[in-house]
Amino acid sequence: MADENEFLQEYANREYKYGFVSDIENETVPKGLNEDIIRLISAKKKEPEFMLEWRLKAFRHWQTMKEPRWANIKYEKIDYQDIVYYSAPKSKKDGPKSLDDVDPAILEMYNKLGIPLKEQEILAGVAVDAVLDSVSVATTFKEKLSELGIIFCSFSEAVQNHPDLVKKYLGTVVPYADNFFAALNSAVFSDGSFVYIPKGVRCPMELSTYFRINAANTGQFERTLIIAEDDSYVSYLEGCTASMRDENQLHAAVVELVALDNAQIKYSTVQNWYPGDKDGKGGIYNFVTKRGLCKGVNSKISWTQVETGSAITWKYPGCVLQGDFSVGEFYSVALTANRQQADTGTKMIHIGKNTTSTIVSKGISSGFGQNSYRGQVKVLKSAKNARNFSQCDSLLIGDKCGAHTFPYIEVKNSTAQVEHEATTSKIGEDQIFYCNQRGISTEDAVSMIVNGFCKEVLAELPMEFAVEAQKLLGVSLEGSVG
Amino acid sequence: MLKIKNLNASIENNEILKGIDLQVNAGEVHAIMGPNGSGKSTLAQVLAGREEYEVTDGVVEYDGRDLLELSPEDRAREGLFLAFQYPVEIPGVNTAYFLRTALNEKRLYRGEKQISAMEFLKLVREKMKLVQMDESFLKRSVNEGFSGGEKKRNEILQMAVLEPKLAVLDETDSGLDIDALKIVANGVNTLKSRNNAIIVVTHYQRLLEYIVPDFVHVLYKGRIVKSGDRNLALELEKQGYDWLKENVPAQAVHVEE
Ligand SMILES: Nc1ncnc2c1ncn2[C@@H]1O[C@H](COP(=O)(O)OP(=O)(O)OP(=O)(O)O)[C@@H](O)[C@H]1O
Ligand SMILES: [Mg+2]
Repeated sequence: MADENEFLQEYANREYKYGFVSDIENETVPKGLNEDIIRLISAKKKEPEFMLEWRLKAFRHWQTMKEPRWANIKYEKIDYQDIVYYSAPKSKKDGPKSLDDVDPAILEMYNKLGIPLKEQEILAGVAVDAVLDSVSVATTFKEKLSELGIIFCSFSEAVQNHPDLVKKYLGTVVPYADNFFAALNSAVFSDGSFVYIPKGVRCPMELSTYFRINAANTGQFERTLIIAEDDSYVSYLEGCTASMRDENQLHAAVVELVALDNAQIKYSTVQNWYPGDKDGKGGIYNFVTKRGLCKGVNSKISWTQVETGSAITWKYPGCVLQGDFSVGEFYSVALTANRQQADTGTKMIHIGKNTTSTIVSKGISSGFGQNSYRGQVKVLKSAKNARNFSQCDSLLIGDKCGAHTFPYIEVKNSTAQVEHEATTSKIGEDQIFYCNQRGISTEDAVSMIVNGFCKEVLAELPMEFAVEAQKLLGVSLEGSVG
Repeated sequence: MLKIKNLNASIENNEILKGIDLQVNAGEVHAIMGPNGSGKSTLAQVLAGREEYEVTDGVVEYDGRDLLELSPEDRAREGLFLAFQYPVEIPGVNTAYFLRTALNEKRLYRGEKQISAMEFLKLVREKMKLVQMDESFLKRSVNEGFSGGEKKRNEILQMAVLEPKLAVLDETDSGLDIDALKIVANGVNTLKSRNNAIIVVTHYQRLLEYIVPDFVHVLYKGRIVKSGDRNLALELEKQGYDWLKENVPAQAVHVEE
């Protein structure tokens, strides 16, 4: 008799499709972390004094902090002295002026990932700021954007060319003392993206960055800062895949968004880092701090994420709704298979009057995957007429996985309306058989049901990203049937 | 088209089918009747390839091939269709998308071109008229929140779109009001041809007034204990099953008509 959970078992055994290592030479600093290393990173990047000072302050603070242990995840203790904190791809000239200047090995790697930069540049009209091992290697469409006064560049470039903006906003949303990983990132961040949309400008294209962790033992510490001035709009896409590794790799990024009066920022992520093998060996530790500040009246920040990768995901993209009538949104799909663990959710902090937030979280667990939703909705006394709606749905595939929901609701203003709904469902054998009987294979059936389950969230993604995310869910489900 | 010989099947070590013999030729309609729990749905599910059931003995030949060798999806692609006694809800999966995927799987299997969204819409609209289903169902999730009768109609719609060679309708009539019964029967009759065959599992003679069977079989305790023409159904309607039960010998005797 067939094992009832046969296909689910195989689902758990899915292999990571994007596992390969490119041989791009890396210029690295020695392992370990101390003030000298930080000075070295800062010097290599020719940073102004204020940047080094900030890093050092963060480092000193980090030393006083303890690694958080409260998330519903388990992992081996990380040895922070065993990590390389900086590596940059060696380039023959000072830096690539165009795609033609980019190391062909890098382009080749992106092609393997199915992210042909060139094609994207031409076909999709997407400006791609590709971050590889912490340093930008390609930036496109810059000119077109700069005509509108939009700044879209690597964080390093922003520190060089727009120090006033960096100084004004860096750490205003996620202070370096915010949490352990944010402090670490603030001390050692290598690069990332910087976006500035001037007043009244609607960014005419989706801004996109592909991240990739490539060098062995290299912690990846991105820092992204997006500022949308009054009446502006920007949609930013972050997507990534990583190569197969045996050693766990730490990833501790910080993303800060600032939306001023009537500004709107849409931030979308597809995260597909190496999740580890089926026994839980290897994989990325993804400890990210993402926060948006709706600083102005009527401003809006939307987070949309599709998380299918990483051994451990620990992230809570949140919104601080400071401006009156500001809006925060969080749409999330988190898929955990094998031994993957995800503890993700959001924080919505209502400060201004008539602020609203919407949370839609879809957790999918299979294999031995553990998926936790942790959401905080906080309505401060000042937030008259605040509204929140939260919906957390869990889908279980097989019976060895788990889904957990931890809503934290704190309301200090009685005019607030907070609603929370949660459901848990399971992909049943009878559903699979029904699909089979209509000629649809088990793999396609699972993928179809999963995509249906995530529909509401996928609909929030920009078109071309939605297709990619759907594919990714499919790939993640590959090998689920014999 | 279908030749079942001495089919034995069990679930969790419970023997349910105990030596079924049945032959169905193209162009024929067979009705299978029998009391609750006699194994009618089991037979249907075994034919469709549900893995929970273990075939312990016997052979099933379908279109000259060994049916039991095929995966459930390949059986479907080969033209075997099962209208479920309890159609399954699939939340989040749009009915139109589901049906088009099913149709395209079958087409791909046969080396045919996939149907475009436009062509499909045309086709499905036409078929929906046949079973008098409103187009709004296309946008809803598969069977989710459908009434009992709507679910059954949706089964026939799928049958109409997929145009199976062999259709097994498991109590498609139960839960239908008289009008719906006529609609479903009419749908089935329209699809009936010289090249395909239909097995209807039913408890009621009423359906057989609309879908006229060439043969009627009585399944009892995992065996076909009597076969006959449509008059057998009338007799069962009048007398129930008791007279058959009394006649059942210890070992199965297959009555060939
Ligand atoms: N997992 C199981 N373990 C034991 N017995 C089972 C199992 N599943 C089904 N059965 C039994 O198999 C028998 C045949 O069931 P089946 O559904 O085929 O009957 P049926 O003829 O279709 O009945 P109905 O007319 O009520 O639809 C029943 O007695 C049922 O209880
Ligand atoms: Mg039945």
